[in-house]
Amino acid sequence: METKKTILDISDLSISFVQYDRGLQQIDLPVITNLNVKVGEGEIVAVVGSSGSGKSLLAHAILGLLPENANVVGRMEFAGELLTPARILQVRGKEIALVPQSVNYLDPLMKVGPQVRNGSKKPEKIRRQKSLFQKYDLSRETEELFPFELSGGMARRVLLSAAQMHKSRLLIADEPTPGLHLAMAKRAMRDFRAFADEGNGVLLITHDIELALEVADRITVFYAGTTVEEALVTDFSSEKLLRHPYTKALWNALPQNGFRGIEGLQPYVKDMPKGCPFGPRCSNRTDACEGEIPLRQVRGGAVRCILTEEKKEA
Amino acid sequence: MILEARNVSFSYQKSGKKIIDDFSIQVESGERVGIAAPSGVGKTTLCQLLAGYQTPDGGSVLLDGAPLPKKGVCPVQMIWQHPEKMVNPRLRLGTTLSEGDRVEQRVIDGLGIEKDWYNRFPMELSGGELQRFCIARALGGSTKFIIADEISTMLDLITQSQIWEFLLREVQARNLGLLVVTHSDPLMERVATRVVRLE
Repeated sequence: METKKTILDISDLSISFVQYDRGLQQIDLPVITNLNVKVGEGEIVAVVGSSGSGKSLLAHAILGLLPENANVVGRMEFAGELLTPARILQVRGKEIALVPQSVNYLDPLMKVGPQVRNGSKKPEKIRRQKSLFQKYDLSRETEELFPFELSGGMARRVLLSAAQMHKSRLLIADEPTPGLHLAMAKRAMRDFRAFADEGNGVLLITHDIELALEVADRITVFYAGTTVEEALVTDFSSEKLLRHPYTKALWNALPQNGFRGIEGLQPYVKDMPKGCPFGPRCSNRTDACEGEIPLRQVRGGAVRCILTEEKKEA
Repeated sequence: MILEARNVSFSYQKSGKKIIDDFSIQVESGERVGIAAPSGVGKTTLCQLLAGYQTPDGGSVLLDGAPLPKKGVCPVQMIWQHPEKMVNPRLRLGTTLSEGDRVEQRVIDGLGIEKDWYNRFPMELSGGELQRFCIARALGGSTKFIIADEISTMLDLITQSQIWEFLLREVQARNLGLLVVTHSDPLMERVATRVVRLE
């Protein structure tokens, strides 16, 4: 196997929020604990996970967009350099591009054409913006519209265009597809693939596993603010190849695999169970699950479950 | 009850192109109607017309033959595509929830809303968590029709199936009419009893 350079390396990231509880009493609310993600050159890594599991917080942590009451602990490296707050300011919007999750990220007072060009009137920027708009089926008139005049899907496509204006090294796409019809969503995915194939990295944060499976190289699964599994895309071809029970539950919830949801809810940060966060919903739970659960390497991937067997199941 | 749009047309600019042109649709209580169309065609606009957020330029939106009430709680409630745009950023979510009309505890529990979230501001919760508040707010006591505009695209599949399961149970138990907009064909197949395609 050729050695690929790592573009983004996040290890043991923890994020907590300071909140006022009663009166002047402050509490520290941990929302992400011991999270690991790695993106190599030419790779698309998909982060999937339950709603509220901390997927967007990860993106915001990388770009330094977290609110002031957030505490970030852990190590983030971008292109071999430590990602410090000062470094973040240098690279974000240039070497790291973001497709934000919310269409609220558009400036409401600027027409979308100039907005995507960041106000620039240079001919090459205008050309680039026009060709991106054309690619995403945004008509000529759209350039002259304000964000409130766009439909949800159109705003999404404007955000996609804006993220591809610069030559960046890493693209963080936070839920880039809601509101898009399938053909358009697939086109966006193909563009991500092409972008990665030029030697760049893509961190694709999504809950749409089907789309992620089509383009991604590796899948990282989040649950309740931690990494529960790192798997290869090929592992998703069969339930048996998957390692963590939550990933298996996700697999079973796919329409083609039965659309079966499991009972229960993701534990709330304040009443986190002891040991494995998935424990209360897991059918194979044992007493040992209440202990420390390390992330271990199993069958070419990683899993945070003590019950996964080392051998390939027949 | 019957909610219907009779030959409605609508455009955002006076001289601009009609985004909805002479369109009619009928939804009865207990019926689940899906609307499918590509992005930018006017699905959300149609939802807004039916829920009374916009007035049609031509034609009329009728509930049991009468126009939608101008005062009080509207019996047609819409759940929007972007929950973060639909909650007041300066209100705690408990207050936002009380904007709904007599929302039952059963609904709040069924959607998995944590007591602790009541004291949070919208920016402190994820999109999926906010959407639960929006759904609860729409399921007030006098609601007769629910218009769901892409309400679950921000949720993972397990949560999606749980929320829809709850919503379908609720709609059936209370004999509500449901209008669903989604881009996902499998979801449409599971949720809607009848599908209308827009051009």
